[in-house]
Amino acid sequence: MQGSGEQFPPGDGAEELPESRAPHRVIGTPPPARARTLLEAPPQEDRKPERWLPAEPSDLGQAKRAERLVAALFILSMLASIGFIAAYVGLEVGSVGGTARSNLALGLSMSVAFGALAVGAVIWVRFLMPSVELTEERKPLASTRQQRAEFEETFTEGAEASGFAKRPLVRRTLIAATVPLAIAPLVLLRDLGPLPGTKLRHTVWRRGMRLLVYGPNTPLRPADFAIPGQMITVVPDGYQDNLDVLAKATTIILKFGPGQLKAPTMMNWTVDGIVAYSKICTHVGCPVALYEQTTHHILCPCHQSTFDAARGAQVIFGPAARPLPQLPLTTDAEGFLVAASDYHEPVGPSFWERG
Amino acid sequence: MSKTTDALLEGTGRFLDDRLRAARPVRGFLRKVFPDHWSFLLGEIALYSFIILLLTGTFLTFFFQPSMTEVVYHGAYTPLRGVRMSEAYASTLNISFDVRGGLLMRQIHHWAALLFMAAIFIHLLRVFFTGAYRKPREFNWLIGIVLLTLGMLEGLFGYSLPDDLLSGTGLRITQGVLQSIPLVGTYGSFFLFGGQFPGHDIIPRLYIIHVLLIPGLLLALISAHLFFMFHQKHTQMPGKGRTNANVVGAPMYPYFMAKTGAFFFFIFAVLALLSTFAQINPIWLFGPYNPSGITAGSQPDFYMGALEGALRIMPAWEWNVFGHTFAFNVFIPALVPLGIIFTGAALWPFIERWAIGDYSEHHVNDRPRNAPTRTGIGMAAITFYGVLWLEGANDIIADQLQIPLYTLTWIARIAIFVGPVVAYWVTKRICLGLQRKDAHLLEHGVETGIIRQLPSGEYVELTKPVDEDMRAVLEWGRVGAPQITAPPAGADEVPAPGARGPLGRARTRLGQVITEGIPVEADGHGNGHGNGHGSPAAVTAGEQEGDRPAGPEQADPDGEDAAR
Repeated sequence: MQGSGEQFPPGDGAEELPESRAPHRVIGTPPPARARTLLEAPPQEDRKPERWLPAEPSDLGQAKRAERLVAALFILSMLASIGFIAAYVGLEVGSVGGTARSNLALGLSMSVAFGALAVGAVIWVRFLMPSVELTEERKPLASTRQQRAEFEETFTEGAEASGFAKRPLVRRTLIAATVPLAIAPLVLLRDLGPLPGTKLRHTVWRRGMRLLVYGPNTPLRPADFAIPGQMITVVPDGYQDNLDVLAKATTIILKFGPGQLKAPTMMNWTVDGIVAYSKICTHVGCPVALYEQTTHHILCPCHQSTFDAARGAQVIFGPAARPLPQLPLTTDAEGFLVAASDYHEPVGPSFWERG
Repeated sequence: MSKTTDALLEGTGRFLDDRLRAARPVRGFLRKVFPDHWSFLLGEIALYSFIILLLTGTFLTFFFQPSMTEVVYHGAYTPLRGVRMSEAYASTLNISFDVRGGLLMRQIHHWAALLFMAAIFIHLLRVFFTGAYRKPREFNWLIGIVLLTLGMLEGLFGYSLPDDLLSGTGLRITQGVLQSIPLVGTYGSFFLFGGQFPGHDIIPRLYIIHVLLIPGLLLALISAHLFFMFHQKHTQMPGKGRTNANVVGAPMYPYFMAKTGAFFFFIFAVLALLSTFAQINPIWLFGPYNPSGITAGSQPDFYMGALEGALRIMPAWEWNVFGHTFAFNVFIPALVPLGIIFTGAALWPFIERWAIGDYSEHHVNDRPRNAPTRTGIGMAAITFYGVLWLEGANDIIADQLQIPLYTLTWIARIAIFVGPVVAYWVTKRICLGLQRKDAHLLEHGVETGIIRQLPSGEYVELTKPVDEDMRAVLEWGRVGAPQITAPPAGADEVPAPGARGPLGRARTRLGQVITEGIPVEADGHGNGHGNGHGSPAAVTAGEQEGDRPAGPEQADPDGEDAAR
């Protein structure tokens, strides 16, 4: 694999001085005088090396003006930083108004502090530094044939010396030893969480469990929810603060006028035109929170899956593939709306074991 | 400089060099030449945003509590006093209202994250469209794609941490997507969340991934990215005296150091300004997360928009077979569209060099017009991504523009297939048109506006030849670029080994498409009236690298000599 060496001047690597030509230093002896000039000003009598960069910009008058401007900007930056510290010390937070004032003062002073530095430095580069355009040769990235051959030799010698190629027993047992070692950390991850089991198939809804209006957490009689066209969110009694439960069991109830509900809605699971559906979208689990009264469409705000509430929450549009499961409703002895059972199918997004 | 400064510098220098023998390599470092072009700043924006993210993020960790334990809020923000919420949300409120400078740091952190991702996207496009990913820079191209992917994850996990209603909804979607993956999805979700959604583990787990694991990977990969860039030297745009064997620009010290330092301050200033005046992620308005609550118009951060759009655009396909559910409607949009783009991007450099048999090093970038097929493919990818991205905000667009929502989704469903094809075709035509214009300029020169009457009575406009700088730019990669010719069908010639068989023919054909262009003759007197199909090209170089000299070198001997 010889890179496209033809592009490059021959003799790459030639600029590396052979070790023997560099002045030798014996450990423990003081360095020769010449070597010490490395990071010092070169002695005056020495040849003056040709400058690589010009010392001054071409327009000195402009540079003088730029210098003053840069200094002014740096002073501005300094003042802004002091202002930042003053704003931190002087302005209290702990209220919305106080936070707004503090944020304005801190942010503005910080912006000016950095901004003035940035503009000053740019002007410095543009007008105080002489403009240069230098050309540097590239060396081909590929090593020379000889370097590669030498590497190969070293590598092969090492491999031979290690016996890795020659002693298959060692090699194979080493590989055999590393495989279970690599699996071990994966095993350690097992206790990250419990196995799913059938947890995704059930919610806490049981026969006789009251529906609480979410928010005030009060039970509800059918007569309290008499105006068709409404939708309210309900949660299972006793679990109104349990987010894990709510993530599956949150339900919406909708009131319909006589004859508005149609198949495949399960009519015997409704009470006085009140139908209950899971609020958890069957797509990826957002709450289906938008309801359009005139069309009876339930819309998920996340990905716009649209369900027809009057027809068993069937999918009309969007990426959800299944209707929202319907919760069987009935009333208890005191006349409150209760669940007649759990959902008859898993709620929420699809999963592999759902079937 | 004063004597004291001199002595101090000399002393420090000797102290360091006595121990590190660093004078020579550091001198090389200081003299390193950096080419200049505005588009080379894009990667720097990403780098400096990352540094600002580290600085502000460290500040935030001093005050943030990554805990889902429920507390009742008693802080400074009165509308939420007495509300039950997670400690994560409560501590984010505290950072915003009870810690001086906390809100500013939070907002800078979020703005910097957006800028980081935006800069990576645009930097990637710059590298693609100028062909800067070509040999020898394929490693950096691949690292960049990994960085982009990690950045998306890092951002998603980061904005999930405050546990507000918006970010919780994002997590819910993430969980729903994870759960849909066949075979392993349910287990993956239970293991990540420590049980059922939302559980009590996800915020602390995301936190450690967000502040340690991914930043560590990002830091390591960014270091490798910079090291390779430094070692291989930066690419340069075409211009007079610039060849594949040199690099023209200003040295690291003092020019590049000063400029890049200024740029860092500038980015910090812009982010501070944004964070002062442009409110971002006001989590106190969203309220704590609750799986039964949501607001209309929920949007993720912009870099997740394409995934969101993919979920929205997908038809409701789902199979139930053998007692198992294939939720195509969820896992296909989650994996396939970005999978195509990222995998395609990762493979493209290797496909391109294979198809045109170009194994030489490239250090001078292409102008996008001079690689019409590549530019067309890039625009097709942008269109594909862009349709998904816009569809991710389809509810907002429908609302703002009063377009029915479902119509918009159907437009997107069609545009996702038609758009990229149209974009490819149109871009390619535009590129070839621009090439034709360049060829015309090279051939006829620049119009002067001077009209001269010939003795015959004819009027002609005088033109002057393009100047040297312009000529160098226009001719790069054009004049005399090797047009490897395929034997016409039925010819006696035996095809080169690389062009035989069905794969070889596909390769030849692909190579022809990629090298399509308007020919320009070496002396600048190209016909300028090419038919847009270039000379037929074929692969002759075979697999042996370095068999072919780089075309432009051969084609541009004058420029080459001048540079040496």
